Amino acid sequence: MKKIFACTSLCLLTLTSSLALAQSPASAYPVAPAAGLYQAFGEQAGLRTLMDDFVARLAADPRIGVQFKDTNRANLASQLTNQVCQLAGGPCVYKGPNMKDAHATMGLTASHFNALVEVLQQSMDARGIPFTRQNQMLALLAPMHRDVIAKP
Amino acid sequence: MTLSSPSTPFLKPATRRLALAAAATAACMAGAAAHADTGKLLLTGGVSTVEGAAGGGLTPWAVIAGPGTSDQIGATAHASRAVTRDYALTAAGVAVGIKDRYELSLATQDFNTGITGALLGAPGLHLKQDIIGAKWRIAGDAILDSDSLMPQIAVGVQHKMLHSSALDGTLNALGAKRSGTDVYVSATKLFLAQGILVNGTLRATKANQNGLLGFGATLGGADNRYKLQPEFSVAYLLRKDVAVGVEYRSMSNRLQTAGKAAGLGDGLRADDWKDIFVAWTPSKNLSLTLAYVDLGRIVPATTAGRRQTGVYLSAQAAF
Repeated sequence: MKKIFACTSLCLLTLTSSLALAQSPASAYPVAPAAGLYQAFGEQAGLRTLMDDFVARLAADPRIGVQFKDTNRANLASQLTNQVCQLAGGPCVYKGPNMKDAHATMGLTASHFNALVEVLQQSMDARGIPFTRQNQMLALLAPMHRDVIAKP
Repeated sequence: MTLSSPSTPFLKPATRRLALAAAATAACMAGAAAHADTGKLLLTGGVSTVEGAAGGGLTPWAVIAGPGTSDQIGATAHASRAVTRDYALTAAGVAVGIKDRYELSLATQDFNTGITGALLGAPGLHLKQDIIGAKWRIAGDAILDSDSLMPQIAVGVQHKMLHSSALDGTLNALGAKRSGTDVYVSATKLFLAQGILVNGTLRATKANQNGLLGFGATLGGADNRYKLQPEFSVAYLLRKDVAVGVEYRSMSNRLQTAGKAAGLGDGLRADDWKDIFVAWTPSKNLSLTLAYVDLGRIVPATTAGRRQTGVYLSAQAAF
C-alpha cells in the first residue's frame, strides 16, 4: 500500500513538474490551435467568406455597428482573414496593426467585446461551423480582450 | 414552474419587506444600467444556487450574478424547488451584480419536513431560513483568459438565519444555534476550447444540512468548530445555450455525534449532496435548470435511512 502511495506521489510530482515546464513561458495555454481547425473553417476561402459575412453583420449591429461606419469593409475582412488564418494554423501571415494599437482610442468595454463575440457566433452559425470548432476558434481570440477593452 | 413573486406566502412579513425592497432596488438598478442586448455571453453568469449566490444549483461559483459586465449593473431573481423522497425544499431569491465585481444576494428557503415533522410531534413542520450573501471577485476572468490556466477567483460570505419553529427545543438540546455565517472561496475556469467549465469552492461553515438543521452542535462532545467543506462543479457546454453538468457538495456530519449522545444512534447522520443538471438559457433574460439530486440521508432516524433523491427545478430571470 505504502509502495503504491509513494509511486503515485512520484508520478504526480513528475506530472506536475512536466506540466509546469510545458507552461513556461507564461500563458502558453492553449499552446497550439486544435488539430484540423483551419480545415474545419474551410481554409482561406472559407475564412474569407466567414469574415465578409462577419464584417457585414458588425456594421449592421445596433450595439457596435457605429464603430464600423467609416471602416473599409473589404480591407477589414481581408485583415481578419489573415489574422484568423494564421491563428488557426493556416499558411497566412497577418501584417496588420497589433490589437492594442488598433483599438487604443476606441474606449471599448467588455460589453462591446462580448457583442462582437456574439456577432462572430452568428456568422459561424450561418456558415454551419460546429459548436465545438467555434469554441476552439474563440479560445484563440478571447485573450485579445486584454488589448481590446479599454482599462477604466 | 413559474417565478414566484417576492410576496411568496411562506415569507414572514419582515422577510417579505426585505425581499420586496431588494427586488425593487434590483429592478431599478437593472433598469438604469443594463441594456437588453449587451452584457455577458450566454450562460457565463451561471445560474442561481439555492442559497442565492450565482453558481451551479448547489454550490456557488466565482462568477458574479446577472448579465452585467464590468461597466454594468445586473440582477437576477429566481425560484427553485427540490422534491426528494421524504422532503421538499423551496427557495427564492434575488441577486445584484455590480460591475461584474461585487454580488449581493438575498434568499429564503422553506423546507417541508414531511414525515420527520410528523414523527417529532409537529405535523406540517416547515423549516424556514433567510440568507444574506455577498461575493467579491478578486482575480481572473473565467471566460476570456483562455490562454491561461488562471481561474476567476472570488470570496464570499453567507449569513443564514433559521426561523424559530417547533424544532427549536431539539436544536437547543443538540447544542445547535439558529444562525451562522459561512465564508467561502471559489475558483471557476472555463476551458473554452474544450467547452468545459470547472469550479471548486472551499467553504468554512458550521451549518448542519445547509443550516436547515441549525449551526454547530455541542451535545456528546460534538465538534463545534468551523469545518472546511470542499464543493465541486463540472459543466460541459453542449450548445451556447445549453450546459450539462454534475455537482458535489460535501456536508459536515457533526449532528451524527450529537444524535448518538441523544440516543438516536446514527439517526441524524448527514451525507454529501450531489446532482446532475441541465441548464438551458432560451434568452439572456431567462434560464431554466433541471437536475436529479441526491442529498444523501437527512434525519435517517425518521426516514428509514432512505437517500433523499429527487428532482430539482429552478427558473431564473435576469435583468
